[in-house]
Amino acid sequence: MSAISARGLTKRFGRFTAVDQITFDVAAGEVFGFLGANGAGKTTAMKMLVGLLEPTEGEGHVGGFDVRGQRDSIRRNIGYMSQRFSLYGDLTVRENIQLYATIYGLSTAQIVERSTGLLGTLGLSSHANELVGRLPLGWKQKLAFSVALVHQPKIVFLDEPTGGVDPITRRQFWEMIYAAATQGTTVFVTTHYMDEAEYCDRISIMVDGRIAALGTPGELKERFGARSVDDVFVRLARPAAIPASA
Amino acid sequence: MRTLAVLLRKEFAQILRDRFMLRQIIAMPIVQLVVLASAATFEVKTARMYLVDRDHSATSRALVDRLRASGRFVVSGASPSMEGANAAMLERRVDLIVGIPAGFERDVVQTRSGRVQLVLNAEDGAAAGVTQAYAAQIIQAYSRELGSRIASDAGNGSVGRVEVRTRGWYNPQLDYRNYMVPGILVQLITVIGSLLTAMNIVREKEIGTLEQLSVTPLPRATFVAAKLLPLWFIALVELALGLLVARFLFDVPMVGSIPLVFAAAGVYLVAALGIGLWVSTVAQTQQQAMFVTFFIIMIYLLMSGLFTPVRSMPDWAQWIAQANPMKHFIHVMRAVMLKGAGFADVAGEIALLGAFGAAVLSLAVRQHGRASG
Amino acid sequence: MNAGALRAFIVKEFRHILRDRQTLTILLLMPLVQVVLFGFALRSDVRDVRLAVVDPTPDYASTALRARFAATDRFRVVATLPTTALLEPLFRRGEADAALVFEPDFGARLGRSEPARLLLAVDASDPNTGTTVQNYARAVIAAQETEWATARGGVRIATDTRMRFNPTLESVNLFVPGLIALVLTLVSAMMTAISLSREKERGTMEVLLVSPLRPVHIIIGKVLPYLALAFANVVTALLAAWAVFQVPFRGSVALLLAASLVYSMVSLAIGVFVAARTPSQRGAMLAAMLGTLLPSTLLSGMIFPIASMPAPLQVLSSIVPARWFIVVARGIMLKGVGVPQLWQELAVLSFMTLAFMALAVRSFKPRLG
Repeated sequence: MSAISARGLTKRFGRFTAVDQITFDVAAGEVFGFLGANGAGKTTAMKMLVGLLEPTEGEGHVGGFDVRGQRDSIRRNIGYMSQRFSLYGDLTVRENIQLYATIYGLSTAQIVERSTGLLGTLGLSSHANELVGRLPLGWKQKLAFSVALVHQPKIVFLDEPTGGVDPITRRQFWEMIYAAATQGTTVFVTTHYMDEAEYCDRISIMVDGRIAALGTPGELKERFGARSVDDVFVRLARPAAIPASA
Repeated sequence: MRTLAVLLRKEFAQILRDRFMLRQIIAMPIVQLVVLASAATFEVKTARMYLVDRDHSATSRALVDRLRASGRFVVSGASPSMEGANAAMLERRVDLIVGIPAGFERDVVQTRSGRVQLVLNAEDGAAAGVTQAYAAQIIQAYSRELGSRIASDAGNGSVGRVEVRTRGWYNPQLDYRNYMVPGILVQLITVIGSLLTAMNIVREKEIGTLEQLSVTPLPRATFVAAKLLPLWFIALVELALGLLVARFLFDVPMVGSIPLVFAAAGVYLVAALGIGLWVSTVAQTQQQAMFVTFFIIMIYLLMSGLFTPVRSMPDWAQWIAQANPMKHFIHVMRAVMLKGAGFADVAGEIALLGAFGAAVLSLAVRQHGRASG
Repeated sequence: MNAGALRAFIVKEFRHILRDRQTLTILLLMPLVQVVLFGFALRSDVRDVRLAVVDPTPDYASTALRARFAATDRFRVVATLPTTALLEPLFRRGEADAALVFEPDFGARLGRSEPARLLLAVDASDPNTGTTVQNYARAVIAAQETEWATARGGVRIATDTRMRFNPTLESVNLFVPGLIALVLTLVSAMMTAISLSREKERGTMEVLLVSPLRPVHIIIGKVLPYLALAFANVVTALLAAWAVFQVPFRGSVALLLAASLVYSMVSLAIGVFVAARTPSQRGAMLAAMLGTLLPSTLLSGMIFPIASMPAPLQVLSSIVPARWFIVVARGIMLKGVGVPQLWQELAVLSFMTLAFMALAVRSFKPRLG
């Protein structure tokens, strides 16, 4: 059974169709890259999967639960890192961890154990009582990611996690993602950095609300005769402008 | 329940860490009360009078003397014609023009009647009415005095006088403070209850943490409770602070039961918080939240009877005022603080507040639920 | 200075506001709703005074007096009680506003030319209404007395009273200037404060400060849309007041609009100043409220006459811009006076504008450092 599945998932806002009949599956433990230009519908699609938006048409299942009727179950079993940084800047690192850990139902003992572990891994132990707002952006992002995983969910959704971050931090981030995936966590990550696609097991590229391509990075490069996923994307996004031969 | 505890801790931490806001929350009641308590009076101390006395008789001069002797009128100018008087009034140098026509004394002696002209500067309406009343009373008293004198001169029996003693119940000195202070306190806790609530929640919307929380298994009710309870508590603390200032700085009487005041406040706050919550569902930015809440509060405030009596409003407006929780709460506050009303006297209003609060809150919670999926 | 950059910036700010449909609607609608609502609803005169009468020995005099009260459309006799003991519960439950207590043998005493005592008790928990009710009641009593006196050959001095500039003491004429000041304060000062502090919070202010735009340009760009809005509000409010309530406009409308503009600018400058000094939007809102809205309502003479305030507050009131504006507005609308009579107030307002603007610009500069 797939960790995530979508069948003809559609979202319309009035007359504007943001997501148009997308269909795909994500296997458990996969790192799935959900690519597309800004405004292509990635975030909308993700919001439908995590239960923030009601689909206009189609079906979706996350962790075996229906996105339409079983949102509460979905929420308990996933982690989410939103595009806008969403930890509390006026709370300390430790307080943020504690907050989300409690919300996800971890016991006090578990919270203590995981906080310490988390802080250690991130190298933030000495900053545990500092206000999150004071941390540099890279650390904030990494912290947000760790907090999204504090309850060890089976599936985690990351919306543009590496926005505005330096290349070293980006690298570290992806190492964290791999670490999670190795543990069996399914990672669904949206990004508009096409080079990050190379890090994913499989990717899909959204253009104007539709899935224009779906497969492993290697497959897609072959299919489109491109040298990089970036190239693939350019060909998809402006088919008329680029000649068919590579 | 642990979740609620953690969330409450978070809310309090956030509020307490905002030093600036904290300082203001403490300053607000004190500043408002201090300023208001001193500024809020309609009493006119002395009115500046311009005399246009064309009679120059003993009677006319005596009339002017009576006005002056009352201590409420001061002669700021005099001339035989109205032009000077009008110019002075246009330039706001006088509040009242007293015009005594030529032949005044003759008329009084011969026909037992006379005419005096009073022109008041009604630019500042409230004062004009009060000044006019004072002047009219003094003139009336003088006319009675004249009447007795003439009657006794002519040998008729003097007329019996009606001696009017006035007494203001609950507020013998007619101190405006006693009246305004309950109103100020109400407005204070409404601002905290509605305005801060709305802005607080919308802030999370703006920053994006609201969305983050929506994806967690956090129950909506817990989130709402965590947002509303701290402000409910803080508003009551404000009330306590305000009452202390009122009592010890201004000697505002607190005749009734203080616990009753707090109980009523607690019930009222449910409505105020509900309004704040509702606004947070329709506003996307803090700026909008502030504006919409202000709009609502302003209407409630001006129709609450704080500045103008509800019973003077046209009937349709009084009906609307019935749906104004602020009006009922102010009524309760005044009744308990100034008149010593007991629970039985205000039970009706409190029940109404409770009903209103429950209705608004449930509506708002439902709206909030719909908005955040 | 790059004129093109400034223009682009101003256009962007206008777009911001125009896109915020919700706020815009309320901003434009609010003064309208307020003027109409309050014009119809707010009355400072007192109607329907519920009177309780305590008359232990009714006779011709007390009955005549009672009848006179009942005949007015102001007073309504709601209870006739034998003793004063029963008054307290009536007052406490708010069922009566005033009481007439005749002493025993009232009429007999009058006939014997002895003073006849009458207690007028008024629920003074609202001292304003209390005083007004007292005055009304005294007037009725005095009228009755005069009638008795004239019947016996007393003297009657009639007073011709004229309320200049506002003959009917129409409440709406009085508060429209104050309402305009209030709306202007809200839009100019508070909205600006929040808008600016939002940019600060988001960090976009830094971007602006590093651009070729100088702080004074940024401020101008930020406040211009609110100035336009405030102006639109004034026009709307005045139109409503004129159309619906026939509020007089005896003076120059142009002068009134000019004065409103100046007042808006002072409020805007204060808003900017507040924003520069507060770290958060919530803080800005509270500070703006404390620093602008409260003084404007309480100390400006809008509701409570300045002449009645104690000396220290009168001094404080002189630095509240709204106080000067209300004098100007009332003068123009009700008295039809112009610059010759109002030049002092206008000068003070203009001076305040410059002073606060300088303060505002200066408080932004340190932010760079």
